[in-house]
Amino acid sequence: MTDSTTETLSVIVERELAFPPEKIWRALTQPLLIAEWLMKNDFRPIQGHSFNFTADWGAVDCQVLEVDPNKTLSYTWDAMGLGSVVTWTLTPTGTGTHLRMEQAGFRQDQQQAYQGAKYGWQRFFASLEQVLARIE
Amino acid sequence: MPQPHDIIFRTLADPTRRAIFERLCRDGDQTVGALTAEAGISQPAVSKHLGVLKRAGLVRDRHQGRQTHYSAESAALAPLTDWARQMTAFWQGRFDQLEDLLKRMDQ
Repeated sequence: MTDSTTETLSVIVERELAFPPEKIWRALTQPLLIAEWLMKNDFRPIQGHSFNFTADWGAVDCQVLEVDPNKTLSYTWDAMGLGSVVTWTLTPTGTGTHLRMEQAGFRQDQQQAYQGAKYGWQRFFASLEQVLARIE
Repeated sequence: MPQPHDIIFRTLADPTRRAIFERLCRDGDQTVGALTAEAGISQPAVSKHLGVLKRAGLVRDRHQGRQTHYSAESAALAPLTDWARQMTAFWQGRFDQLEDLLKRMDQ
């Protein structure tokens, strides 16, 4: 990955879990287990596989981008008119696993269009936040 | 029908347009002439960018005599901050459910 990952609007959730990466990996990649905590799905841990998450409020269109067992899993996540990429990273710790989820608000193909940007998106949002804080 | 945040992302994807919008956020009300002086592109090009920003709801215009003044509509950015806030809450809830599942799973 390039610096383009910093030029996105991202949501990051991280947590220390008292379980080994192998066990968390199963929960992230086995359809029946995924359904128990996330949504119903036809996921398969195969790069390029297209699948859906479905819920009573609608569906999420996805495609598997990267599968590195027990370490990294990433897939596109297109819902409600916005393309994004969800990336799971598992890092073993002394007592379990550090699990990190990042959802970046642009697809990789879209990101390329932003690489030549004068201002990085993150900086853009940071500076706007300051401006908005002054206004309020 | 594209969603509001989709239109905002696409509108601000252009660096020149984003710079104009940033300037309006930072410095407040500006005329096309004042914006052109700093943008390094022609006045018709600046006007075109302002038109795109206006259609996306990101700027508003006000006519005063022969001049048109533009200002940023910062409230239009709400869909972006809403998206991040909603998705953070969504994933935090899913992390809770994942942790519950892990406790129930066999080794």
